[in-house]
Amino acid sequence: MARITAGVTSSHIPAIGAAIDKDKTQEPYWKPLFNGFEFSRKWIQDNMPDVVILVYNDHATAFSMEIIPTFAIGCADEFEPADEGWGPRPVPVIKGAPDLAWHMAQSIIQDDFDLTIINKMKVDHGCTVPLSLMFGKPKEWPVRVIPMPVNVVLYPPPSSRRCYNLGKAIKKAVESFDEDLNVQVWGTGGMSHQLQGARAGLINQEFDTNFLNKIGPDPESLASIPHLDYVRKAGSEGIELVMWLIMRGALDDKVREVHRSYHIPASNTAAGHIILENYPREQKTGKAA
Amino acid sequence: MALNKPYEDIPGTLIFDSEQARKGYKLNQFCMSLMKAENREEFKADERAYLDKWQLTEAQKKAVMARDYNAMMAEGGNIYFLAKIFATDGLTFQFAAASMTGMSQQEYADMMLAGGRSPEGNLYKGEKGNG
Repeated sequence: MARITAGVTSSHIPAIGAAIDKDKTQEPYWKPLFNGFEFSRKWIQDNMPDVVILVYNDHATAFSMEIIPTFAIGCADEFEPADEGWGPRPVPVIKGAPDLAWHMAQSIIQDDFDLTIINKMKVDHGCTVPLSLMFGKPKEWPVRVIPMPVNVVLYPPPSSRRCYNLGKAIKKAVESFDEDLNVQVWGTGGMSHQLQGARAGLINQEFDTNFLNKIGPDPESLASIPHLDYVRKAGSEGIELVMWLIMRGALDDKVREVHRSYHIPASNTAAGHIILENYPREQKTGKAA
Repeated sequence: MALNKPYEDIPGTLIFDSEQARKGYKLNQFCMSLMKAENREEFKADERAYLDKWQLTEAQKKAVMARDYNAMMAEGGNIYFLAKIFATDGLTFQFAAASMTGMSQQEYADMMLAGGRSPEGNLYKGEKGNG
């Protein structure tokens, strides 16, 4: 059976991707941020999943104003990096996991989440930057990826609670898939930041620290945060943190935090990163080998 | 009954809601066109002529040509769509964000390096006269 073993959250801002692509990760401005991922890049080699379910938001790339799905799942064989205006990032094409993705779509829709199924999609920095942070610059990505874009661009985005519960539906879907796969769920975006208006540059370390402290042991309290609180306290783009709750909902109730880092600033943003592991399941007996 | 907008008391922040989305539909779709290199070239060669093809309002066209991101937002633009314009200009999110604050690029960059804009006095309209 497929199982979810760990969750990872990270920022996905384009400037981080540009720093990696242009080999600037050791420059004084960026070094502290990338130091926060040194442990993670070793950890992922020791805990390499077969599939990453990558929860992110599309930044007006695959979805223009023509069609705006609240929750979507990428079921394609592969996903090319998009040209967002700077030209496409020089990163490998992402290989999908269509068997699991289609299974998830069926299971999750029957669990009352009306996912939009996507069979053709280019992915933007929201999806590619977390892969670069964890894997560096490989010729091919070492994992297959199921992209799950969430609308946080057009108001209203889905609520914290809805996102947390979607995570639970993801867990149920993965655990009912027959193939023996090691699956991780990544929640990306955040933490506090605001990219627009006279208040641009807002950072709220207290809000972020509380979020980092509670995402492992007390996600229920975070699942009660209303939209208005994110926008007011963590900035208009701080709302991306709801995607962390999708990751968290997909893990077990009890998890183990193995790493975190927090750095200000990455361009306009407080970049938070955390790794949570499920405890190993007890071996079930009585099943024919 | 009017739509509830509980976020209107947040200072210096414009939420991209249904009203803004409808106002900015063509502006944002013009931005999407800049995801193709040939369209970026055409836009850069004659901005006015390119914008005329997109049926934008005069206010929207002027805001784009002036690269006035606050004005583009007021006219219904959303930052992730508008990003295609500053990407076409070879510029970054930090450039665009700074341009909306009334600070110089250096002042803004320094503020971010010092930990960003504090939430203190910046959560509600009227605090510290932020109006």
